[in-house]
Amino acid sequence: MVDNIKRSLLVSIWFVFLTFPLMVVKVNTLKNIVEWRWINMLWVAIGAFVLSIVWRWAMERRQLKNKKAEQGEEESVLPGFGQRLLEDPKIFKPVLIALALVTLVFPLVVDIYQTNIMVLALIFVVLGLGLNVTVGLAGLLDLGYVAFFAVGAYTYGVLNSFFGFGFWISLPLGGLMGALFGIVLGFPILRLRGDYLAIVTLGFGSIAKIVIENWEEVFNGAKGIANIPRPGFFGAEMSIHTATTYTYYLMILMVLFAIFITNRLKDSRIGRAWMALREDEIACVAMGVDMARTKLGAYAFGAFWAGLAGVIFASRNTYINPNSFTFMESALVLSIVVMGGMGSIIGVIVAALVLILMPEYLRAFAEYRMLMFGAVMVLMMIFRPEGLIANVRRKYAGRKVVTEDANARG
Amino acid sequence: MPEVSKTMPEVSKTMAEPDNVLLDVKDLTMDFGGLRAIDAVSLNVCPGEIVALIGPNGAGKTTFFNCVTGIYKPTNGAVMVHPPEGKSQKINGFKSNRVTTIGMARTFQNIRLFQNMTVLENVMIGRHCRTTTSIIGAILRGSKTRRQERETIEISYDLLEKVGLVDFADEFAKNLPYGAQRRLEIARAMATDPFLLLLDEPAAGMNPQETKALDELIVRIRDKEKISILLIEHDMKLVMNISDRIYVMEYGKEIAQGSPMDIRNNPKVIEAYLGEDADA
Repeated sequence: MVDNIKRSLLVSIWFVFLTFPLMVVKVNTLKNIVEWRWINMLWVAIGAFVLSIVWRWAMERRQLKNKKAEQGEEESVLPGFGQRLLEDPKIFKPVLIALALVTLVFPLVVDIYQTNIMVLALIFVVLGLGLNVTVGLAGLLDLGYVAFFAVGAYTYGVLNSFFGFGFWISLPLGGLMGALFGIVLGFPILRLRGDYLAIVTLGFGSIAKIVIENWEEVFNGAKGIANIPRPGFFGAEMSIHTATTYTYYLMILMVLFAIFITNRLKDSRIGRAWMALREDEIACVAMGVDMARTKLGAYAFGAFWAGLAGVIFASRNTYINPNSFTFMESALVLSIVVMGGMGSIIGVIVAALVLILMPEYLRAFAEYRMLMFGAVMVLMMIFRPEGLIANVRRKYAGRKVVTEDANARG
Repeated sequence: MPEVSKTMPEVSKTMAEPDNVLLDVKDLTMDFGGLRAIDAVSLNVCPGEIVALIGPNGAGKTTFFNCVTGIYKPTNGAVMVHPPEGKSQKINGFKSNRVTTIGMARTFQNIRLFQNMTVLENVMIGRHCRTTTSIIGAILRGSKTRRQERETIEISYDLLEKVGLVDFADEFAKNLPYGAQRRLEIARAMATDPFLLLLDEPAAGMNPQETKALDELIVRIRDKEKISILLIEHDMKLVMNISDRIYVMEYGKEIAQGSPMDIRNNPKVIEAYLGEDADA
């Protein structure tokens, strides 16, 4: 401990020295004097010291944990909080009910601005769940996921402005268009893996944006498409406030739908094949899994959700332009998947809410958003590489129970 | 084993009758650029046989496996399969998943399990090509899907029981001891309902006890499951114990074939393994 404090002191002195010209010295060119802001030096010293202590403590804890794991000891007697939350029905049920209640009354107690942000967060939850299949389950690193999001949004935008299609017809069409593009773009990447795949998909994302920007006749170029109608409800007239609340409930249904479907797929023949493909492609094919079909399936399935989310995004904003579909969005969705824990559905939901809502409510730190984002990612990779809530493998009951019973009887 | 001793002397005869051969490889050649890795190797496996393919390191045994199972496309020659049920066909250049679906499953020299999946799931993947649930089917989870899923679990547990891994069913594959991982690979391959199992060095890295257990397992698979076996192996004790016939390769060429007794006394084989001056 004393050693830690000593080292942290050294670190803090070093930081004071390093930041001295930036934080302390200020040249006032108007009055031609040098201002000495000594108080900043104190802050830097204290900040660096505290951070260093915390860092050392965390690293020591991690090392201790690793050592225990190496010696074959159980990681801890009590499973982690996340795990207990999921497995113990005593905790799980009340939490779920409370959560459901909060979700239901949320738009009624907060103002329209909050609801609108929540809708955006939920859109990213759906995007995260979709990409979670492609990246988390099937292991296809996709850096151009936003392309399918754009396909969905522009499907609605174009169909609406040219043919007057409504939201409810465009929603499935947007999803299908996303899936279709997923299959078309999936063919050239069938043979690629890892870094190569990432680079090519990165290219897809950029191509999508450039095409939209430059194809004036159809997509209206950089000006974007305006006056996209909000979701309708049997032709009822709705004020902006009701429409937003309505969109919110719609989005909640959509998230539940996405959870339901991805969950079912995860525990099925298809989901297992996706995971096997991620683990070892050669072995997977040698076990009789059709690589092309399985990969395209995963890619198209992920793209389908992006398409759906895109349609809702367009209707929420009532206006879309190419700037909503940059690499930043792809990176954001990918961070959601990585931070949430590859393949874990609940993890993705939590991460999406954190990553979208935090910047909105911490407007004061808006300038440092990307800085904090990067720091969070680095810390995650060091301390919890498996994500916020690690993917818990399903145990297949049934047979084992039967044999145990037989043993007990016999 | 009276059945084996009966089929053995008739090898030359069975080669002429396609109904009695499962796998018939003729003059298989594989070039990598200018390098001829396999040079006109012929090999066949009859029902109920354990056939071994041996040879010094780098002889081209694994390449031969890769050609037969569709990982490489052979330059020349024919790989014919005659499944017990179904029609005979030439499978050169088939993708490996098609080869597996036809009924030839393999294991790998350097274990290739799905590390982060459970032991049971590893075996369940083997059932993939024998089940039909589609994406839509998996979402709707109708009665057919549920039945298939139940069957898959049943069969997988059965297979785990056969290789003695049932207690590890919910363990991650990467946490298994080495010998158990090898057995899991065999169980996974068996889950594809093959008529021929291709084992690539199943005893590599095993201790004598594990090798003995493996020896028994392979014979049991042949006798009880009626699956023929083609194996690559360096453990001569194992090979001589269980093989009905042995093929020997050196530098991509087939230098000998015959019963374990013949091979043991074949001067060419001794030369290949021990060098020319071994007798001097």
